[in-house]
Amino acid sequence: MEHGSFTNNSHASFTLAEEDHTLANAVRFMLNQDPRVTLAGYSIPHPSLDRVNIRVQTTGDPAREVLKDACQELMLMNRHVRSVFDKAVAEFKVEQARLKAEEEEREKAKEELKKQREQLESMDIEGN
Amino acid sequence: MVTEEDKIFAKNFNIDQLPDVPAGLPPHLKLKQSRVVPKNVAPLNTDSAIYSGGYVTTGGEESVKVESFYENFKVDVISCTETDIEFDMVGIDSSFANAFRRILIAEVPSMAIEKVLIANNTSLVIDEVLAHRIGLIPIAVDPRLFEYLSENDQPNEKNTIVFKLHVKCPKGESRLKVLTSELQWLPNGSEFLKEAKGSNAKPKTYTSFSCSQDSLPEFADNPITLSHLDILIAKLSPGQEIELEAHAVKGIGKTHAKWSPVGTAWYRMLPEVVLKGEVEDELAERLVKACPQKVFDIEDMGNGGKRATVAQPRKCTLCKECVRDDELVDFVDLRSVKDHFIYNIESTGSLPPDVLFTEAVKILENKCERVLAALS
Repeated sequence: MEHGSFTNNSHASFTLAEEDHTLANAVRFMLNQDPRVTLAGYSIPHPSLDRVNIRVQTTGDPAREVLKDACQELMLMNRHVRSVFDKAVAEFKVEQARLKAEEEEREKAKEELKKQREQLESMDIEGN
Repeated sequence: MVTEEDKIFAKNFNIDQLPDVPAGLPPHLKLKQSRVVPKNVAPLNTDSAIYSGGYVTTGGEESVKVESFYENFKVDVISCTETDIEFDMVGIDSSFANAFRRILIAEVPSMAIEKVLIANNTSLVIDEVLAHRIGLIPIAVDPRLFEYLSENDQPNEKNTIVFKLHVKCPKGESRLKVLTSELQWLPNGSEFLKEAKGSNAKPKTYTSFSCSQDSLPEFADNPITLSHLDILIAKLSPGQEIELEAHAVKGIGKTHAKWSPVGTAWYRMLPEVVLKGEVEDELAERLVKACPQKVFDIEDMGNGGKRATVAQPRKCTLCKECVRDDELVDFVDLRSVKDHFIYNIESTGSLPPDVLFTEAVKILENKCERVLAALS
């Protein structure tokens, strides 16, 4: 919901129902990064109300459009976070699997060596 | 005489481009912008979201952070097991890190026991306490396979999981511990019959499953269990008995903490420990001794002297124990890096922690989408 004025659409407040600091703080950060914004802030009018007010004032562009751009950008950034994170986890898992395989290989080699040595020792006894 | 060349030079002249004019922020401002300094009264320079143009006069403008974000954002996984993950998230604002944390704790869905139908309980644990204890048991099942049970819905195989618990401590035996391993999954739904209204109506149970859950492909060879089979629910004396059914539904941690899919999720900024000058000999040993986290180490110099080094700055908890010493305070600088987060997630077993994180990011995306839809 938007509370603005008919004559000047560069200043407006928005009420988001069923949202809290989680979204509002991130949106406020995005708005503050936008050079068109002169003021951006949010408040939760009362702790028992499940809503948050976001205030946007711009240098001239419609506040609604600026807020929309902020949300859009936030969404794209999230997508980027997800793809980078997924890639990092996948790489980590591949690396772990490789290390584990190497470890097993080494164990196997060790066991093989032990077996050979035992065999050698038993042969010695026979020889004597 | 002013030549044509001079005119062009004057037109293109920009003082910032002269080779001996430093570019960007001066170091002391850079430090303010990128580091938090823990002080005894309160941490300094904690703010991160300066408004665009905050540093424009000094040339260190970073309002285009959004663009640099796509190049600079990095994730580095430190460790990842089935239940825990630790990773570094670099080049992101704290408002994001905190949003993900809040969502992980309160808004990523999971399954938890919501209704407990008690047929018999002669144990010392009273019904409501028992029901509460059972509600908090984590269930190892992917919540994405289920739907929310809304108020007018009938509990069915798509939104409810039913467990049965029937234990009795026989007379003449020693006390019995009731563990979560006694909870038995009922893929066919409730076995308790509702009181029939008409005498000839077919008796109904408390759920209306149209098919057995273990006939569904996702559970066919992977039966639903609890995350931990060794949680103590109650203790029974000889002759006591508990018979109940527990119905689990999907929900989020905002409603009740039992639906939180994480034991906890937390982050901290990367600590940075800097020695301002050489800390040598006796002082070096004092520094090493002062730190409970063993951040510092001693290095032997060639001439038999000793020098302190910062061996493991990551271990620093910013306890400030080292700067309590009147002499050491002049040598040690403690800071935390504002855009480097050490992130930890502990899953309760419903989903692996890395999946939980991607789910959390998706939820934040959906929130943005909702706002966008409402605005256009």
